Amino acid sequence: MKENKSMLKNEGFQSVFAALVCIVAGLLIGYIVLAIINPAEATEAMLDIIRNFANYPRASAKMKYLGNTLVKVAPLLMCALSVNFCYKTGLFNIGAAGQYVVGAAASLYGALAWHMPWYVCILMAMAAGMIWGSLVGLLKAYGNVNEVISGIMLNWIALYLTNMLLGTVSEAATPYTTQIKSVNTDALIPDLGMRSLFINRYVTLAIPFSVIIAIAVWVVLTKTKFGYELCATGFNKNAAKYSGMNEKRNVIMSLMIGGALAAVGASFLYLSGYEQWQTTQSAVPAMGFNGIAATFLGGLNPIGTIFASYFIQHITSGGAYLDTNIYPSQIADLITAIIIYLCGFVLFFKHLMNTKRASKGGKN
Amino acid sequence: MVLLIQYTLIFAAVLTLVALGGCFSEHSGVINLGLEGVMVMGALGGALTLKYMNGSPAPVIVIAVLLVSAVCGLVYTVLLGTACINLKADQTLVGTALNILATALASIIARAVNSTENADNVSTIIKYNAGRKAFILRFGHFEFNWCMLVAVIALVIAYVVLYRTKFGVHLRACGENPQAADSVGINVFRNRWAGVLISGILGGIGGIVYIMAGVSEWKFETGVAGFGFLALAVMIFGAWKPVNIGLAALLFGFFRALSNVYSGFDWMASLHIPGTVYNMLPYVISLLVLAFTSKNSAAPKAEGIPYDKGRR
Repeated sequence: MKENKSMLKNEGFQSVFAALVCIVAGLLIGYIVLAIINPAEATEAMLDIIRNFANYPRASAKMKYLGNTLVKVAPLLMCALSVNFCYKTGLFNIGAAGQYVVGAAASLYGALAWHMPWYVCILMAMAAGMIWGSLVGLLKAYGNVNEVISGIMLNWIALYLTNMLLGTVSEAATPYTTQIKSVNTDALIPDLGMRSLFINRYVTLAIPFSVIIAIAVWVVLTKTKFGYELCATGFNKNAAKYSGMNEKRNVIMSLMIGGALAAVGASFLYLSGYEQWQTTQSAVPAMGFNGIAATFLGGLNPIGTIFASYFIQHITSGGAYLDTNIYPSQIADLITAIIIYLCGFVLFFKHLMNTKRASKGGKN
Repeated sequence: MVLLIQYTLIFAAVLTLVALGGCFSEHSGVINLGLEGVMVMGALGGALTLKYMNGSPAPVIVIAVLLVSAVCGLVYTVLLGTACINLKADQTLVGTALNILATALASIIARAVNSTENADNVSTIIKYNAGRKAFILRFGHFEFNWCMLVAVIALVIAYVVLYRTKFGVHLRACGENPQAADSVGINVFRNRWAGVLISGILGGIGGIVYIMAGVSEWKFETGVAGFGFLALAVMIFGAWKPVNIGLAALLFGFFRALSNVYSGFDWMASLHIPGTVYNMLPYVISLLVLAFTSKNSAAPKAEGIPYDKGRR
């Protein structure tokens, strides 16, 4: 009994447990929606989503499509880290979506218009994201503007600017940007043999990079003075100010780094050649918003976020295996949205677990 | 020119309705960032009503559409109220979740409706051209939309309710200092629920007005393109006061209308500014306005903080 208690008390265990509850509930509601639309096929459809790449019978095909999922996990993880980093400073970085967009713009423009090598393109994305993120930070620190509203406005501004900029490097016949491999192969991120392992030419170093960055973010947040100051600012702005921390600088720095993370995420995707930017798109890419889901599902811990990002992308990719004659492809989005909604209750779950423990202790 | 006025008024009507919704919710102490999602659900309910009631007399259509949209918005905000008032969840996170959820859910429902009619139709577009005409009165070139009147009425009612009734005083007390309100016997939870539900009604109506404003079909995959957030910017610019919100809505509505009609003005078309610039304009303006007006914020003091009886 005593061991059981201490396990329940453990922060990490609580986070994992809460995340699992959110996932199960999200999948269950998704299943119910599938069953309402067409009960006969619902079970098979749900399994298709959960299996994702394992839908293919051959091992080589499994590897290839696992690779495709991983290619998109890297940018998602970076967006999630961006949200995570800012949340520690008490800021809800919904602007990650826009920072992601300017990252795509800068890296693709560097690759296609200026013919820069991949590492310069990543640095360009980073710079663009830092500028875009610090706009939100400056508005927050000096203008007291709610970061969610300014973030949303900047998301749309970023989308329109990017469409205009990348329109200059798009293919003549289509609204898509020119394929990097046909113009400037130096701009593709190298793969060090991972390509042949996955039999998938989009699998690059971006994937291990993103995991390394996640660990670095964890170290910065938990083991350094800078990270401590950011968390202190997030916990109580006035107390942080009182104890001599520069809270305005911390807010701006946090969003600047958050912006860089999301923007680099975009360069990880677009410099792998997996996708071309569509210069007529009329909606902000969902990557930044899915990042919010991943980071809260990961218990606001960068390491947990690695697994959560994989899970979110796994079901998002799995959604593509639905029979679209029967089911709409938005089911995966629905499941993700429900998971975010339920993550709002995580604190409530924890509170419940803690009070239950306390009342049990009282009875004994 | 007439067209510009017409679009300015209709977009101002949408912004007024949704911003007033935000206003009620925030005065009670709950930040409703899910207004965007509420608009989508209201728009879906209204669009389906328009589609199926085609052929009924015009006044019946108008009333039914507004009612259904309001109910859809109201039901959807129950999700916000449950999470943020009763379970004390993070209001920003829940609002964001509701926005994403609404777009996904509306697309799924729209598609299910389409494919039951015709198995090959897998789009999320709902057409309501015929029904939309019920809302419109023509004066020469000017199309008067009944929703403009609805927005003005909502504005007057909001002013009276917030500043001239006991309920309004109680509501605002819960947003300013819920502990003090509770100590004199005001039920904070009930008032916050009222604020949130009213925001659902107004947001839902705003949603259907928005998608009817310029077009006669809507693709639900696109949501409402940040309009719920523009409304929140209007609310902040309007300093949480109904009359100022109405004026702010006119200003923002004008910039939004420009992107619809700029090509009709010879001198504007001759400037050869890409359409994207006009599309961007409302967002840029709202950012600038917020930068200059948020400093001395008139926001309710306790907004965004879940009410905890044990906290003083």
